[in-house]
Amino acid sequence: MATTITINHLTKRFGNVTAVNDVSLVIEPGSFLTLLGPSGCGKTTLLRCIAGLEDPDEGEILVGDKLVFSKQRGISLPAGNRELGMVFQNYALWPHMTVYKNITFALEIQKLSKEQMDKRVKEALAEVQMSDYQDRYPREMSGGQQQRVALARMLAYRPKVFLMDEPLSNLDARLRMDMRVELKRLHHDSGATTIYVTHDQLEALTMSTYIAVMKLGVIQQLGTPDRIYHFPQNLFVADFIGNPKVNLIDGVIKGKNKVDLGKFEIAMPTHGASGDIVVGVRPEDISISTKPVPGGVEFSAYSVLPSGAESTIIAKLGDLEITVKEIGISKIKMDEKIWLKFDPDCINLYIKETGNLVSS
Amino acid sequence: MTSAAFAPLPLQQRALAKWRRFFRWVTSPHVILAIIMLFLMFYMVIIPLFRMVMTTITYAENDVRYAPGAVPGVFTAFHWLRMLTTKIGAVMTYQPMLHSLVVSFGATAIAFLIGGSLAWMVVRTDLPYRKVINVLAVVPYIMPSWTIAMAWKVLFNNGTLGGVPGMLMYFTGVPPPDWLAYGPVPIIIASGLHYYTFFYLFISAALMSIDSSLEEAGELAGASRFRILGKITFPLIIPALLSGFIMTFSKVMGTFGGPNVLGVPVRYYTLSTMIRTNITVGAFGDAFVLAIILILFSMTTISLNQRIVGTRKSYETIGGRGFMSQKTKLREWRGVIAAIIITFQIVVAVGPLILLLWSTFMLHTGDYSLSNFTTAHWIGKGDPKINSGEPGILLNPAIYRGAWNSIRLAVSTAFFTAFLGIILGYAIVKGRGTRLAKLTEQLAFIPYVIPGIAFGAVYITMFTKPVGPIPPLYGTFALLVVVSVAKHIPYSSRSGVSAMLQVGRELEEAAAVAGANSWKRFTRIIFPLTSTGFVSGFTLTFITTMRELSLIILLVTPATQVLASMTMRYSENGSEQQANAVILVLVALVLIGNLIISQFRGGSLKKGLGM
Repeated sequence: MATTITINHLTKRFGNVTAVNDVSLVIEPGSFLTLLGPSGCGKTTLLRCIAGLEDPDEGEILVGDKLVFSKQRGISLPAGNRELGMVFQNYALWPHMTVYKNITFALEIQKLSKEQMDKRVKEALAEVQMSDYQDRYPREMSGGQQQRVALARMLAYRPKVFLMDEPLSNLDARLRMDMRVELKRLHHDSGATTIYVTHDQLEALTMSTYIAVMKLGVIQQLGTPDRIYHFPQNLFVADFIGNPKVNLIDGVIKGKNKVDLGKFEIAMPTHGASGDIVVGVRPEDISISTKPVPGGVEFSAYSVLPSGAESTIIAKLGDLEITVKEIGISKIKMDEKIWLKFDPDCINLYIKETGNLVSS
Repeated sequence: MTSAAFAPLPLQQRALAKWRRFFRWVTSPHVILAIIMLFLMFYMVIIPLFRMVMTTITYAENDVRYAPGAVPGVFTAFHWLRMLTTKIGAVMTYQPMLHSLVVSFGATAIAFLIGGSLAWMVVRTDLPYRKVINVLAVVPYIMPSWTIAMAWKVLFNNGTLGGVPGMLMYFTGVPPPDWLAYGPVPIIIASGLHYYTFFYLFISAALMSIDSSLEEAGELAGASRFRILGKITFPLIIPALLSGFIMTFSKVMGTFGGPNVLGVPVRYYTLSTMIRTNITVGAFGDAFVLAIILILFSMTTISLNQRIVGTRKSYETIGGRGFMSQKTKLREWRGVIAAIIITFQIVVAVGPLILLLWSTFMLHTGDYSLSNFTTAHWIGKGDPKINSGEPGILLNPAIYRGAWNSIRLAVSTAFFTAFLGIILGYAIVKGRGTRLAKLTEQLAFIPYVIPGIAFGAVYITMFTKPVGPIPPLYGTFALLVVVSVAKHIPYSSRSGVSAMLQVGRELEEAAAVAGANSWKRFTRIIFPLTSTGFVSGFTLTFITTMRELSLIILLVTPATQVLASMTMRYSENGSEQQANAVILVLVALVLIGNLIISQFRGGSLKKGLGM
């Protein structure tokens, strides 16, 4: 039942700004694809192009087998004919209608009978646990409740594809967590192809089956959360994903199996790369010890930031600063001598000039 | 511009694609609406203006009398030369021009002093009864602009013109000097007292939006209160000030009532009264030369304002509403100042009405004794010795016809205007950034720069013959509606745009995604959400149309008389009591209408002005 979405060479400009730049993408049926990137990267524009709320300047979009947009053929189906549902960042509930009316608006257009509509409203509200709110007006509900209703409104008319434009960004942290759970469950149960836009990398990692990281209108990397996290294709993706941030250290290749980081060297396969490189290593991939260990490099603990389940330690060696993550509350004291050990298997090498990953 | 990734299509399919794109563009609702609006405005504004200019550069039938050898319909610079270079020009053009400038600057200055200081007092001090003052400040706006002028006449008439003495002279025996009874001084005062509302509304809105921490910063830096006012507050409200200035200035420039009542009897002509005089004798070419001059003056003022403020958004104040904080303490003066202000406002707002009311109970004008008391002007059966046998106002079918016409005109104008406002707002906001929307917005602005009397003049030549599908409208009631609607387009488009901007675009998009077509989106989502804007646009237009005179004075015929034009006719015929009684009826109707409309939620004068 689930639908494939195919995007071919899509470009959208606003004046001199190219918001989406020659993007091609196939979204597998039933997948949960997140468009992730900083503000202004074109993720929302891409979503709006798919929804039919913007007319792209180039390219094609197919929903299933249906060509919904083609610049070349002059086709652009109205948003309502694309069989998509959308949840907006600010919910976009119609303030002059009750929850019931908000939900039945689309059903009336589909010419459903009164009984069918009642049934659909009931089901949709039950799905988002808002059954008792049928007669409320939007302003009589909290933000989280409004977002649930907005979700129910979309579910009720049974679109083939769900589009979500930063649906959780207006909610507070706790509610956001709850809604993530619900949304993931909802996707799992319905199996509908979902495209989700967010700037929150944690949201992307927790919910998606695929993530497309975007910058300046171009998809930097498309992959599973696992791939994106462990093998960022370039320095931008590496830097954007992960909290605390990845350590990026400038260095030079020293032969086949050695990288010189200035203060110390790391033995690791260099896969034929040469010259100036950047080493990317996640804070949790560095082991830390208060006693000298073989292969360990001596640093001093510049700052120690315990936060319950884990602690972040900023280690310093001269002007080189490295972030390390340790499970639990750290016993390390500030200014204490520490020894860091890098796991060669968890290090990514990037060519300094291009910023691209040296593939193994 | 096909992307390299796609193989080129055969010509036929490319043409098809092109057609599809064009069709989609042209059928998108904001484009359709913008195009309809452009056509409408083209008919209502551009063609009339064009015809007006043409009239000034062609010979008319009756020019043969003044210009030997003139052939009607032939191109000529005759009217322009005559009005600008001859001796007649000095009297017909330059003198009225000077008078108009004197009156406009004078009245604007008075309006600024009153409106500005009231606004500061209400917003920035701890004055008591601020709400009362706020309400009273809007009252002059709902009265006909010449009410104060009429009352002035009742009070200060000195009999030099053979007329009867005014109240002052009757009770003191001393005739007020001529300069106080007629001419520039009373016109300036009467107009200034009437138009201070604009300054009040603009400046108080601006003052309210200024974050008072800006002023406190000045205070901490050790500046005196006076210095802060001059160096910080004043510069911040300059945009609002200029908006108030152009609004008042161009209103006074185009105003007809006051100068007609207080100026014409002593041959103190302004451009507006001179236009009327020329029209009544059929000298359309000459009248239109004056009208164009008037328009140019108005345009200059507005473009100067834009040059100074820098953007067209001169109505906008400094930003989000900051929270009020420190108010200037008036201490023991609070009560006294409030009393003075409220007394002043009541004198200005209610005083004229009382004077007018009093005068309507007098059998002979100028005799204030009790023996002269009569109800004949209200409920008289029609004594041939009084008012050429016309029955009293309340029994006079002509008055009822006029009242009915006024209401009809105001309601239909308000309806169409508010409706157009929503449509224009939609076309402009949804098309933001496109040239079409920009053009629509700019065209909609044009009537703003054309003073009322000139706008009416424009319509005289228009619609005397059928234009396209439109039948000849001259002398019809429909023409009055058309001109009133056209004149209100700038205001309605502005309030339409601001109403539309308040409806987040996601609300419409959500409906689009849910499958609603543009008609459904408009009727089910957009219109219900902009209905407050509709109501306030309606209220504002209703009030201004009810008491509008300058705009329609040149277009009314005996069959289409409205109350506003009737008062002027009575006044010109020397039937003071009837004229005054009709004004009172008019004010009563406006108040009742306003009361009815305000029962609907949310409508308010301020919103209607787009603030």
